[in-house]
Amino acid sequence: MAGWIVIGIVVLLVLYVVYLYNKLVVLRNRINNAWSQIDVQLRRRYDLIPNLVEAVKGYASHEREVFERVTEARAKAIAAGSVGEQSQAENMLTGALRSLFAVAEAYPQLRATENFQQLQEELSGTESKIAFARQFYNDTVLRYENLRQSFPTTLLAGALGFGGREYFEMEEAAREPVKVQF
Amino acid sequence: MYEHIERNARVTWLLLAFFVLLILALGYAIGEVSDLGYAALPIAAAVAAVSATSSYLYGDRVVLAVSGAREVSHDEQPFLHNTVEGLAIAAGIPKPRVFVIADSAPNAFATGRNPAHASIAVTTGLLEKLDRLELEGVLAHEIAHVQHMDIRLSTLVVVLVGMVALVSDWFWRSMRWGGRRRSRDGGGAAGVLALIAVVLAIFAPVAAHLIRFAVSRRRELLADAGGAMLTRYPAGLAGALAKLDADREPLEVANKATAHLYIVNPLKEWGGSLNALFNTHPPIEERIRRLREMAGPTADFPEAREPSA
Repeated sequence: MAGWIVIGIVVLLVLYVVYLYNKLVVLRNRINNAWSQIDVQLRRRYDLIPNLVEAVKGYASHEREVFERVTEARAKAIAAGSVGEQSQAENMLTGALRSLFAVAEAYPQLRATENFQQLQEELSGTESKIAFARQFYNDTVLRYENLRQSFPTTLLAGALGFGGREYFEMEEAAREPVKVQF
Repeated sequence: MYEHIERNARVTWLLLAFFVLLILALGYAIGEVSDLGYAALPIAAAVAAVSATSSYLYGDRVVLAVSGAREVSHDEQPFLHNTVEGLAIAAGIPKPRVFVIADSAPNAFATGRNPAHASIAVTTGLLEKLDRLELEGVLAHEIAHVQHMDIRLSTLVVVLVGMVALVSDWFWRSMRWGGRRRSRDGGGAAGVLALIAVVLAIFAPVAAHLIRFAVSRRRELLADAGGAMLTRYPAGLAGALAKLDADREPLEVANKATAHLYIVNPLKEWGGSLNALFNTHPPIEERIRRLREMAGPTADFPEAREPSA
């Protein structure tokens, strides 16, 4: 009789471990999906920028320094490897774009064009989506870490091959005053 | 914010559990006492479920058509589309279809049986009268409804209400035609059960509707909290609610059947504490108060306008 009880308990334990493993797999895959979602929006942003540069060039072709900064920052961001590199390159690109929009401020005819307004709206929308995608990424990491660190999952997670995942920290780049030369 | 979400979800399940108990009590009492027998309950469930199925599958198309909603493209409404897409990303659901209703009364609703088949509609009045942060707050509320599968839940509740109504109705008919099953006990116990059955048959339908409205109010609060979670900015929705409260223009395309779907009650709200039990939406002052709680004491928050008389 006691033998059957022991077998029953072992079976239940095994089932529980299987359940935990599957749950961790699902949450981990969700994190990877959320990460690639950020990437999709970042690519979208990179695609919009050349059009924006061309539009502003049409009115302010002499502001070469600003255009070069934007183009260079964009190339660096596309080429970035690690998460840290990416984060840094993104901050530089945001700064460069700010200068670009500051330049556009001085040209009301440019700002009135439908093309520019559409690009501005799309860029703003894309940056909003990047923020939402990062938020979703951090939310999925939270759920994963909550399970992975709580008892008794924490005893098994390491053995089953589930490491910790990092949150996407936003480091605020030091705000430099934007220089616009006329 | 997390606490609000947990509390609202808990209350929903408590209400549903109470509802199920009520139904079981009704079914047992009627089964004991009348000719219908215990079969009444499952049969009523089947009938109610079949009638709800077509609503579940096609309801969204019907509601959109009845409301005069027109699907809009990204080029027509870039900010609307971008915001809906961003919020859907934050919520982890596919992007819903986007519709616009030509009406100057500001309002919005979400419909669709699951996140993969969801639609969100806003009125032109809403687009004109709210600023970007407020509009984002409203859209986040609707996306939260989709994320929480509230349409599916309210369909389930409607099935339960239908069940109770059907069983009570059959019970009264069987009484009228003189059927009373002889109880095994005989005598006093049968009498008490008969009394209980009668009482339940009278009050169960009313109780069922009250529960339906209570669940609806809870889900509205849950969608407020869920939306605030998506934007991390409760003040946006609070500002929108204050504006919507002040704008008392009735929405022409709304009627009693669709009223519960909208973000604010498009019809006249019932005053008084007893009548308030029949409201599909909680009072706006309460919603704004809860959002302020979520924002925290130091947050920058718009002052709630005085509710118009």
